[in-house]
Amino acid sequence: MRWGTASADDRMVEIAGDPDGGELLEISMGPHHPSTHGVFRMNVQLEGERVMRLKPVFGYLHRNHEQIAEKVSYLASIPYTDRLDYLCSMTNNWAYALSVEKLAGIAVPERAEYVRVIVAELTRLQNHASLIGFLMQDMGASGTPLMYAFREREKILDLFEQLSGARMMCNYMRFGGVRVDPSADWLNGVRALTGAFPRFLNEFEKLLMENEILISRTQGVGVLSRELAVNAGITGPMLRASGVNYDVRKVDGYGIYERFQFRVPLGEHGDVYDRYMMRVLEMRESVKILEQALAGIPGGPVMDPKARLRGLRPKAGEAYGRIESPKGELGFFLISDGTTNPYRYRVRPPSLINLTVLEDMCLGRSVADIVVTLGSVDIVLGEVDR
Amino acid sequence: MLGEGIVKGLGETARNFFGSFVGKERLTTVQFPEERLIQPEATRVFPFLIYDTDDMEKGLRCVACKICEVECPPKCITIEKSTEKKPDYAGKPQFFPAKFDIDVSVCMSCQICVEVCPFEAIKMDTAFELSTDDRFGGLLWQKDRLAKPNAYYHTIHPTEAAAVDEELAEKKAKAEAKPAAPAANTGAAAVR
Amino acid sequence: MTQALDQIFVTFKHWAVFHSPAAFQPAVSVLLSIVPVLIIFPSLFAVTTILERKGLARIQNRYGPNRVGPFGLLQPLADGLKSLTKEDIVPRSADKLVHFAAPLLLVTTAFMEYAVLPVGRNMVLADMESGVLFFFAVSAAMELSIFMAGWSSRNKYSMLGAMRAVAQMISYEAPLILSSVAAVMAAGSLSTVTIVEKQAGYSGIWPHWYVLTPWGLGGFLLFMIAATAESNRSPFDLPEGESEIIAGYFTEYSGFKFALFFLGEYLGMFAISGLGITLFLGGWAAPFSFLTWIPSWIWFFGKLLALIAMFIWVRGTLPRLRMDQLMNFAWKFMLPMTLMVIFSAGLWRFLPQGVLRWVICAVPIAGLYVLLGRNLTSGQRLEKRTYGFAE
Repeated sequence: MRWGTASADDRMVEIAGDPDGGELLEISMGPHHPSTHGVFRMNVQLEGERVMRLKPVFGYLHRNHEQIAEKVSYLASIPYTDRLDYLCSMTNNWAYALSVEKLAGIAVPERAEYVRVIVAELTRLQNHASLIGFLMQDMGASGTPLMYAFREREKILDLFEQLSGARMMCNYMRFGGVRVDPSADWLNGVRALTGAFPRFLNEFEKLLMENEILISRTQGVGVLSRELAVNAGITGPMLRASGVNYDVRKVDGYGIYERFQFRVPLGEHGDVYDRYMMRVLEMRESVKILEQALAGIPGGPVMDPKARLRGLRPKAGEAYGRIESPKGELGFFLISDGTTNPYRYRVRPPSLINLTVLEDMCLGRSVADIVVTLGSVDIVLGEVDR
Repeated sequence: MLGEGIVKGLGETARNFFGSFVGKERLTTVQFPEERLIQPEATRVFPFLIYDTDDMEKGLRCVACKICEVECPPKCITIEKSTEKKPDYAGKPQFFPAKFDIDVSVCMSCQICVEVCPFEAIKMDTAFELSTDDRFGGLLWQKDRLAKPNAYYHTIHPTEAAAVDEELAEKKAKAEAKPAAPAANTGAAAVR
Repeated sequence: MTQALDQIFVTFKHWAVFHSPAAFQPAVSVLLSIVPVLIIFPSLFAVTTILERKGLARIQNRYGPNRVGPFGLLQPLADGLKSLTKEDIVPRSADKLVHFAAPLLLVTTAFMEYAVLPVGRNMVLADMESGVLFFFAVSAAMELSIFMAGWSSRNKYSMLGAMRAVAQMISYEAPLILSSVAAVMAAGSLSTVTIVEKQAGYSGIWPHWYVLTPWGLGGFLLFMIAATAESNRSPFDLPEGESEIIAGYFTEYSGFKFALFFLGEYLGMFAISGLGITLFLGGWAAPFSFLTWIPSWIWFFGKLLALIAMFIWVRGTLPRLRMDQLMNFAWKFMLPMTLMVIFSAGLWRFLPQGVLRWVICAVPIAGLYVLLGRNLTSGQRLEKRTYGFAE
């Protein structure tokens, strides 16, 4: 349909040329948009309501994270990693600490490993809960599931504040352990939360899982095939929703994950509903891991008392440390040249790599599905743009 | 059957609606500023300097070693060493900062300055209602604003402050036990 | 006494008309009918905005607005003041006349719909022989104003929103009207006054409301779902889908015109709920025969408030449907159901009274519901899934 002549007033309307000779409507969704999870822009070419091409444009939040890390010491990079995926600061810290420990050959005491697992699983819980809330918000459920998810998230953030002093930018892990030893009170707080969480999950599921509108809007939408997922390097719940059994916690067994019994949920269809259910099931598995960790946590120091905090100079070499963050495989590649600053510091951002298949998932579907599909990819712009 | 899930969802919402009048669990809003949340002890906002006794100049613990300035990730601390020395808690003459500035608009509350300070001189404050309309000068805090007494530290972080006081007392006791030995040595050397 | 209280407004009007000079009597009579409508329903709109915000807030575990006035009850005043003092921006390339006229048309037609709603015993503005027909004719004019708004703004998003809105509203007109046909058939007249009077009797303590029959229950539910779609309320609010196309057809409106759009939308919502009450819930009739001492207009507004609460409840719970799913739902589910409801209403008329009549009329509706439900969900492979785990 022609939109009239493109004059200087109609700058938003661009009648894009289509190689087949038709005419496509090009709209730009974002960067100021209520549903793009941050400053993210998508140039979409539509024919009627169907998507013909989709080009993601990002970089609006680029903050030179990797450049900064080359100029400051290893210790000073830890607060910057908090701000990568700003919802999951604990897991970001852990991935970085893991890489540096690999690079410098530092050992971690056992109690610290347990504490790391506990805070990482708590992070996973609050990330998945808020993600499901955001997905429902994008679908127009006027914020009700979001508020319920945030009610639980507040409890977890309160726990983080009691432990590390800040709710989101925790700056908690150090090379060779964690910064603060959790008190018995704090562990009891986590026990109480773990006991109450399944009840919240049941309520949440009752609100959402069998809702016909949710089902009809998410099943069959944004399908990602197995081959494409593996070829594109997708990781995390998106990969498992397409049926590939790959969870870094099981594959690498970093930390002490081999000691815990938990299952990895797998989906079949690879659509939005599967991804959403992956996260719900993963939350239940996280609760199981938390219970086991809380039961088995030993006493002892959380950091080597002889370890020096400042002036870490790892020997020249390189290391790649990766963990299963709530979004996917988060990895840090470090090259050291023997000085206090790294020579090269590279982040493998799961959100960015998962975003590369957005066009393939959205082709041929309607505009309303773009928003839902983007929500299910689970991006955080701090990680995409760094 | 069609509609079953919707009805269940409606039931869940109704439960939350009526529950919000009954219990605090389903109405979690804290009406700031009339009600306030109790901040946990570990809360950290921006740093401040500690001075013992009541005299800010004489009791300031900071010896201008500049470790925090070097380790600060966004480099928000600026220190200028003084040219004279003054005695510290153990009586030993130390430099002190003539200028100690923290640019609060840059500080990211990471607490690394607190961790690396060997003299327990800089700690994290918990005050957060800090709005100002002076965008440049008002956010560059200088020594007079940053220095606060040890008693204040006890009110905001009681357990931490108690532990720090204990540690400092230990160090002081050890430092006071030591001069007895070298004085004996120098006396013996002079005699010889 | 209760009779006097029930007819208090009618007696006041007669007294006022009687005591005014003969030349002005028609004018006074007309004014005294219209002015209350112009005052009451916008006040109800103001109350509904605050009720909706507080209701949604309580569903979401938070307080609503509670700073302006006690419990936030003066919030609508603040909102009104705000929208009055905002700058009225008209896009440079917009069609100015149509842009100006769209909210006016909306509000005017919304008010016209109240002419045929019997608010209490003997309290209807215009006792027309074809009241229901008039109502539907005027509500179709409301759709025109929405399209005018979207078209005149010369903005891609508004255009998209307006087209979606018009397609949605036209699709849902069919089930809306057909479900009301059942009530009209049972009453035997298009006049709203007659329909309510037919439901105002009691057998024992039970009222004769149409909603208490199987076809009435089905018809009422279908009517309310179609009413939600007609008023662009969640879950059918894709035309104003905030998270996708910003604000749809009223993206380019600011200030008072925006407020007028909201007013028009809410007034339409009240009017169509009012019609639903008139057709199925017995209008101003009391639910039980021992409650007839409460005045009739209190019952009408009570039922209206209950329906508004239902709207708010549904809005707080459900996500919105996509466009093609909306249309599917209207044409493939609601339309056949309404036809079955009409059939069932006809059966009801000719069967003798008793439990058998209830069962015979309920079975076709329930059967078709199950059949269509299965068809709707299976067509797109919507199913309950199970998930495997790896160790």
